[in-house]
Amino acid sequence: MLKIGVFVCWCGSNIAATVDVKQVVEAVKLQQGVVFATDYQYMCSEAGQLIMRNAIEEYKLDGVVICSCSPRMHEATFRKNAERAGLNPFMVEIANIREHCSWIHKDVEEGTIKAIALANAAIAKVKLNAPLISGESGVTKRALVIGGGIAGIQTALDIAEAGFQVDIVEKSPTIGGNMAKLDKTFPTLDCSACILTPKMVDAAANPNIELLTYSEVEKVSGFVGNFKATIRKKARYINTDLCTGCGDCMSKCPSKKGKNEFNCGLNNRPAIYIPFAQAIPNVAVIDPVQCIKITKDKCGLCQTVCSAKAIDYKQQDEIIEREYGAIVAATGYKPIKLDKFDEYGYSQSKDVITSLELERLMNAAGPTGGKLVKPSDGSHPHTITFIQCVGSRDISGRGKCYCSKICCMYTAKHAMLIRDKYPDVNVNVFYIDVRTPGKNYDEFYRRAVEEYNVNYIKGQVGKVYESDGHLVLQASDLLNNEQILVNSDMVVLATAIEADESAKKVASMLTASIDTNNFLTEAHAKLRPVESPTAGIFLSGVCQGPKDIPETVSQASACAAKVIGLLSKAKLVTNPCVAHSDELLCNGCSNCANVCPYGAIGYETKLINDHGIRENRRVAVVNPALCQGCGACTVACPSGAMDLFGFSNSQIMAEVEAICKK
Amino acid sequence: MQGLELKLKERLQKLLDDGTVDCVIGWTKGEFIYDVTPAIFTKESGLDGFVYNSFCGANLSKYLVSQITSDKKFAVILKPCDTYSMNQLITEHRVNRENIYIIGVGCSGHIDIDKVKAQGVSGITNVIDNDNNIIINSIYGDSKIEKASVLLSKCQSCKGSELKISDEIIGEGIKTPTCDERFDGVKKLEAMTAEERFAFWKSELSKCIRCNACRNICPACTCRTCVFDNARSNVAAKANATEFEEKMFHIIRAFHVAGRCTDCGECSRVCPQSIPLHLLNRKFIKDINEFYGDYQAGEESNQRNPLVNFTESDIEATVISDKEGK
Repeated sequence: MLKIGVFVCWCGSNIAATVDVKQVVEAVKLQQGVVFATDYQYMCSEAGQLIMRNAIEEYKLDGVVICSCSPRMHEATFRKNAERAGLNPFMVEIANIREHCSWIHKDVEEGTIKAIALANAAIAKVKLNAPLISGESGVTKRALVIGGGIAGIQTALDIAEAGFQVDIVEKSPTIGGNMAKLDKTFPTLDCSACILTPKMVDAAANPNIELLTYSEVEKVSGFVGNFKATIRKKARYINTDLCTGCGDCMSKCPSKKGKNEFNCGLNNRPAIYIPFAQAIPNVAVIDPVQCIKITKDKCGLCQTVCSAKAIDYKQQDEIIEREYGAIVAATGYKPIKLDKFDEYGYSQSKDVITSLELERLMNAAGPTGGKLVKPSDGSHPHTITFIQCVGSRDISGRGKCYCSKICCMYTAKHAMLIRDKYPDVNVNVFYIDVRTPGKNYDEFYRRAVEEYNVNYIKGQVGKVYESDGHLVLQASDLLNNEQILVNSDMVVLATAIEADESAKKVASMLTASIDTNNFLTEAHAKLRPVESPTAGIFLSGVCQGPKDIPETVSQASACAAKVIGLLSKAKLVTNPCVAHSDELLCNGCSNCANVCPYGAIGYETKLINDHGIRENRRVAVVNPALCQGCGACTVACPSGAMDLFGFSNSQIMAEVEAICKK
Repeated sequence: MQGLELKLKERLQKLLDDGTVDCVIGWTKGEFIYDVTPAIFTKESGLDGFVYNSFCGANLSKYLVSQITSDKKFAVILKPCDTYSMNQLITEHRVNRENIYIIGVGCSGHIDIDKVKAQGVSGITNVIDNDNNIIINSIYGDSKIEKASVLLSKCQSCKGSELKISDEIIGEGIKTPTCDERFDGVKKLEAMTAEERFAFWKSELSKCIRCNACRNICPACTCRTCVFDNARSNVAAKANATEFEEKMFHIIRAFHVAGRCTDCGECSRVCPQSIPLHLLNRKFIKDINEFYGDYQAGEESNQRNPLVNFTESDIEATVISDKEGK
C-alpha cells in the first residue's frame, strides 16, 4: 500500500482567501493511502520545503501531492526537494489550486470543493506514478542564429564573446536588417548606421562567427543540444572570395530597373548590386530574375568589367548541413501592406509615404542624399502630416490588434528632426494616444511638442485625397470635438509592424509555437521570456513581439546568456516523461507518427512474439531523445499502444474518475 | 449479372493457373441464391462454388488484414465503394499492397434480401438482375420488382461508379440512383433537441446485443487488440456503472474511426438489430467536412485525414509533416 503525503499551500492569501485550506487537508486525509496531510503559508519557502522533507522521512512517503500553484511555476522546485529527501522526483504531483482554482473563483465554498476535487485527482494519479530516471545527452558547442538584424547580430556577438561558435543565417544578401535602413535613433538621435555598422563589422571579423548571408534554413531536425540544420546558400552568381566590392559592375550593368529594396523601392538599382555601401559582406549579388545574361543569355558586361574575375553566371545553390546545440530565432519584422487602407491614399499619391520610406528620404545615404523633398515632384514640402496607428490597435480586422510600440517614438523623432532641419515646415501629428514610457522617452516626446512646436492633434484621419496639387486630410479633432480639413504637402503613415513572413516557416521548422499574429511564443511570458517552449530554441528581437532597438538589444543579450548557459553544459538531463509504444498492441498504422511534432516516431519491421505467435510486424518506435512528451501520439493511437511515462492513459483516466466521483 | 459472374470466374481461374495469385477472396454460394458467403478459394480448392450475384454486397477488403503477414498473393474482388476501404487500409499499412491483385467490378447496386421478402415474395429460387426492374423467380411464380426499392441501404447513398484503386476492371457499372441525400439522416438528428437526440440514441443503442458484428466487419476497425478486448484499457471487461455505459461502445468506436471511416455502410448492413450505426459515423464525417473542408477517406491511398494532418496554413503551424519520422 502506497503512503501518500499531501501538502496544501496557502500561497499567502492567493489561495487561502478563496480556498479553505484546512478543509482541503481534512478532506484529503479521508482518501485511501493518504497518511499525512498538512497546510502551510508558503510551501515553496525553505521552511515549507523542510516540512515536506521531514514528512517524507518520518512517514516513509512513497508519493507526494503538493496543492499549490501551476506546475510550470514550482514543479521543478518540489521535485528537487523530494530528491533531497531521498524520494524519486517523479513521485511528486502538483494539484494546481491557484491558477486553476483560487484565482478564478470568488466563492470560498465553490473554490474549496474544486480544490478538493483537484487534490483528489492528483492523489489518484500519484498512486499510479512510477519512479523515473532521467537520461543524459551531449551538447554540440555551436549555435545557429536565424536572422542577421540587430537582434541576431547582438546575440551572435555575445555568444561568440563567450567563446562559442555561432553561425548567422540571413536570407538577404547583407546583414543589418531593418536597423540599417534607419536614419537616426531615439531617444538620443544618434545616427543608426554609426552604431550599427561597427557591430556588423565586429560580427564579420569575429573568428567565432560565420556569416551565411543570402541563405535560408530549410530543415531542422534533432533536439536540444543536438540539432541538425540544412541550410541553402542561394546562388549569388558571384565568387565571394574574389569580389572586392569595388562596384564597377554596378555602374556598367544595363539592366537598371530593379526596385532598390534597401531604399524601400524609392529608387532603382542594377541587376548586379551591393545592397548598400556598408553592406556586410561587401560583395555584389546578381538578381537572377532581372539579369539579362541569366534570363536571355545576352550581355555579360559585368563579367568583362570585373577585374577580380568574381562573376560566375553558372553558380548553383549550395546545401550545407551543420550541427548545433542551440538555435536562436531572430527573424524580425516588416511593415504591414497598406492595400486594405485605401482611405490614406498610399497607392494613389506618391506624397503619401510610410515612416520607413521617410527614414530613407531623410538619410544622407538615401535616394535624395538626405534632402527631404516631395517624392512626386522633388519640390520642398511646407507642411507634413503624420498619421499614427495605421493598422495598429486595429479592431476592424484590416490591420493588427496590437500596438506596434515603436511608432509614437519614431514619429516624435521624425517630427523633431524635420522641424530642426527645416524650421519653415509645419508638422502635424494625428494620434489616438501618445504612448512613450521608457527612460528619457516621455521627455523626448515633450521636446517635440514644447520645443519644436509639433502640432499634435488627437483624432483619426478618415480620408486623404489630392486637391489642387496638395493633399487634404479629412479628420476629427477629438479634443475640440470638431471635424477638420488639413492641407498637407506630404503625409507620413506610421505603419504597423508585423512578424516577418519567414517567422511562420521558421517556427514550424523549429516546432516553436507562434501566436495568432505570427509572433513566436515565449516559454513563460514573465519568467522565461527569451526561451521558446521547445527546449534549445531561443527568441531574440521583434520575432517575439514589437520592440524598439534598446529593448531588442537587451533581449538579444538575454537570449545569448541563455544560449551560453546551455552550451556551457557538458551534459544535458533528458526528460524521462516520454512516449513509448507497446509492440504487441501496435497496428503500425502511422497515426502517431503523423501527429508527432518532433519527428520522434519511426517505424521498424520487427519480429514480434505475440503470445507464441512469431511474426514480422511494422511497429512504432519512439526516439526518447527527440520525444518531448507532448502526448499527441497517445490520443491519436486507436489501440492504446502509445503511452506516456508520467502521464499514462490509466493515470489520466484515474484523474478523470477522481474528479467525477462525488 | 450472370454474365459478369462467368467473366470473373474465367479470369480468376486464369490468374490462379498462371500463378499471378495463390488465392482468391470472393463469395461462395449458399443454400439459396441470396445467402452468399465471403470465401477464400485456392489453387487446390479451385473455384468450385464461386458465385457473384446481386447479393454480394459485402465489402471484402477487410479480409486482407489478417493476411498481412502471409507471403501468398491474393486476388480480391472490390466494388467501387469497397475500393475506398482498400485505399484507407493501404494508408494505414494494414494490408500488404504488393501481395494484392485488385479486380474492380462494375456495380449497379446490390439487393437487400430482407427488403425483397418484405414485399411479400417468398420461396425465391432465382433473381434476374439486368435492369431497373428485377425479375424474381419463386416456387409460386415470377414477380417483377423495382430495383431501387430493394437496394441495400448503403447503395441508396452510392458514392459513384468510379473504382478508386484496381489492377484490372471487369464489367461496367453505373452510379446507383440515390434516393436520399447522404447527410439527410444526420440533419434530422441535428435538428432534434439534445433530450430528443439522447432519447433516440438511447432507444436505438439499447437494442445492441454486443455481438461485435459491426466491429468485425468494419474495415477501419483493424486493431490487433481492440480496446474493448484489452483488460488494461479501462473500458473492457468491467461491469457497467450505468445503464447507458454499454452504449459507450458505439460512441467510442465512432471516435476511433473518425477521419478514417469511408462511410462504406457495412456496420449498419450487418447489424442484426438494425441499429442505424452509420449515422454516428456520418455525423463525424459531416463535422469534419464543415471544420476542415470536404474530405473523403480512402479517396486515394496515402492521404492524410484532417485529424492527423498539419499544414503551414494552420493557425499554429508548429506541427508539419516534413519531419524525419514517417
